[in-house]
Amino acid sequence: MGNNGLMSLTQMRSGQHGIVVDIQGGFGMTDRLNALGVRTGKKISKVSSMVGRGPVTIELDRVQIAIGFNMAKRIFVEMDRL
Amino acid sequence: MKKILLVGNPNVGKSALFSRLTGVRTTVSNYTGTTISYTKGFMKVGGEKAEIIDVPGTYTLEPTSEAERIALKMLDEGDIVINVVNATNLERSLYLTLQLLEKNIPVVIALNIWDDTKHRGIHIDLKKLRDLLGVPAIPTVALTGEGIKDLVESIPDALPKKNPQITRDERWAEIGSIIEQVQHIDRRHHRLSEKLQDASVKPFSGAIIAAIVLVSSFFVIRFIGEGLINYVLDPLFNRLWAPVMIKLSDILGGGGVLHDILVGKIYGDEINFVESFGILSSGLYVPLVMVLPYIISFYFVLGILEDIGYLPRLAVLMDTIMHWLGLHGYAIIPTLLGLGCNVPAILATRILESNRERFIASTLVSIAVPCAALQAMVFGLVGKHGGQYVAMVYGTLFIVWVLMGIILNRFLKGFSPELLIEIPPYRLPLLRTVLQKMWMRIRGFLAEAIPIILGAIFVINVLYSLDAFNGIANLTAPIVTGVLGLPKEAVTSLILGFLRKDVALGMLAPLALAPKQLVIASVVLAMSFPCIATFVVLLKELGFSGLLKATGIMIFSALLVGGILNLIL
Repeated sequence: MGNNGLMSLTQMRSGQHGIVVDIQGGFGMTDRLNALGVRTGKKISKVSSMVGRGPVTIELDRVQIAIGFNMAKRIFVEMDRL
Repeated sequence: MKKILLVGNPNVGKSALFSRLTGVRTTVSNYTGTTISYTKGFMKVGGEKAEIIDVPGTYTLEPTSEAERIALKMLDEGDIVINVVNATNLERSLYLTLQLLEKNIPVVIALNIWDDTKHRGIHIDLKKLRDLLGVPAIPTVALTGEGIKDLVESIPDALPKKNPQITRDERWAEIGSIIEQVQHIDRRHHRLSEKLQDASVKPFSGAIIAAIVLVSSFFVIRFIGEGLINYVLDPLFNRLWAPVMIKLSDILGGGGVLHDILVGKIYGDEINFVESFGILSSGLYVPLVMVLPYIISFYFVLGILEDIGYLPRLAVLMDTIMHWLGLHGYAIIPTLLGLGCNVPAILATRILESNRERFIASTLVSIAVPCAALQAMVFGLVGKHGGQYVAMVYGTLFIVWVLMGIILNRFLKGFSPELLIEIPPYRLPLLRTVLQKMWMRIRGFLAEAIPIILGAIFVINVLYSLDAFNGIANLTAPIVTGVLGLPKEAVTSLILGFLRKDVALGMLAPLALAPKQLVIASVVLAMSFPCIATFVVLLKELGFSGLLKATGIMIFSALLVGGILNLIL
C-alpha cells in the first residue's frame, strides 16, 4: 500500500479503519498511550473528532479512547484498503 | 497477620471488589509523606484473619508517577497479590499481570467485569489462560458479588511465580501470543447503547446530549431538593422543633446571653429559623433543612452520572473550551465535584498531570464554583426575590470562571497537557451503589459541616455580645459600603464566610438587603476567601506559597467583581 495510505489520527475521517504504524512522541507520551493499548501494530477505527482542534476518539479492542488533538496528530495510521 | 494487596489498573472495579471482600469496617489512610491515599480493611482467608489493602490503581510497575511508586513500595510489604483485571480488556490488563508474575509474591487473578464479556461477545478460554500464566484466574463481578467466594477460596493455592524479568517489548509480544490463544471476539453487532456511546462524543449530537443531560440534571436536583425542603423537612421542623424552641425560650426567660446563644432572637411566639441565629435554631435549620436536601439531591444525580459513565464523555466535549483555561477536558470532573463541595473537588485535581494545571483548576474551583451549601442558600434567600437574581449570580460566576482561566493560562509559565482518557462503555447504574456512595458523601457533610456551623454561630453570638463587630464594620465601611454597596454590617458575614459560606449568607437575612445587594453579597462570598475546610486542602495541595497566591487572587477578584456589579446592576 505504501505511504499513500498513511494518515494521522486527526486527518482520518470518522468511521475509517487502519493500523497504527508510528507514534511520534517522547517516551512519556508513548508510555501513556501504550498503557491504554495504543501501540504500533494495533487495529483501530476512528469514532469521532471534536470541532476546533478538539480530541479524537478512537476505538480499539472494543474500548474507546479519547486523545487530545496535539497528541492525535502525532499518531500515524496505515489505512485499510477499501 | 497476612497482608493481601489488591492491585490493578484504574477503573477495573478494584474498590468495588475491595468492599465485597471486606464488608464494612475500612479506613482510608494516606501513604506516609504523600498525598496518595489507600484503603485498608480485613477479611477472612481459610479461617484466618488477613489485612487487605486497596493499592492505588496503576498500569505498570515502572515508577513513572507517584501512585505507581507507592504501588511498587507496597508490593514489597505484601504477602499475596489479588491482581484485579478487566476481563473486557484483557490485553491491556495483562501488562501489569506479567510484571507482577516477575515478582517473588503469590498472585491470584480476579477477572472482573466478567458479566460484560458475555454481552460484548468476548470469549475467554479460562483453562488455557490459567495454564499459560500458571496462577489461579477467577471470573468475578464485583458489583453483584459473583465469584467472590471462589476468589477467596483460591487464595491459599497461590504460589509465587518469579518469572525471569523481560523487556517491555518482550512483554507486549508475550501478551499478543496469550491473547491469540485465549481470547476470541465475536463479530460486532451494534447495539443501541453503542450507538448512543458514539453519538455522545460526536460534535453535534454530543452537544445535544450534553445539553439534555445537564439541563435535566439541574431540574432533577432542584425538584428533589425543593421537594425535600417544602414537603418534608421544613414542615417537620416547624411542627416538631419550633414548639421545643419556644418552650426553651420561656425556660431561659426570653432573653439574655445564654438564651441568645442557644435559641437566638425571637419576636413574639414565632420563631424565624433563618434569622434567629441561635445554635439550636438556625444552627440546626440551616444545615439540616436548607442545605442537606440539596446535598442529597446533588450527590444522587452526580452518582448516577458517574456510574452511567457519562463524565468522561463530557470531558471530551469540553476539551476545547478547557484548553482556553489552560486545562484539558478531564478537569471538568473536579469542576463538577466542586458544585457539591470544593474540598473533594480540589483533592480530585490530582487526576491532572502538572502542578500548573492543578493550581489553575484549584484556584478556579475555589473562586468561581459555588458549593452546594452556598448554592442552596442562594436559592433560598436570593431566589425569594426572583429567578433572574439567581441567574445573575450564576452568570457572573461563570464569566469569572472563563475569564480567570484565560488570564491564569496567559500568565502562568508552562503549557496545558493533552487529554488522554479511556471512555468506558455506558452501564446501567445500580441503585444500591449509587445510594451507598451518596450516603458516604452525606455522612461526610454531616460530620464536617455541622460542628463548624454550630461553632461559627457560637463565635458570632459571643462577638456580638462583646460588641466586637461595630469597630470592624466602621473600619471596613469604605470597602463594604463604598465599593460593594452593602450595609457596613455585612462585613461580619463576609468575614464569617471563612468558616462556612452557608451560615455567612444566612447572616445577611436579617439585614433586609435589596435583591441587587444580595446578588453582590452572594458573588463576593462565593469568590472571596475559601471556607476553612477548603483553605486546609488548598494548603495541603498547593503548599504555602501557592495558597498565598490563590488567596490573593481570590480577594482581589472578589472585590473587583463585586465593585463592578455594584456599578452596573
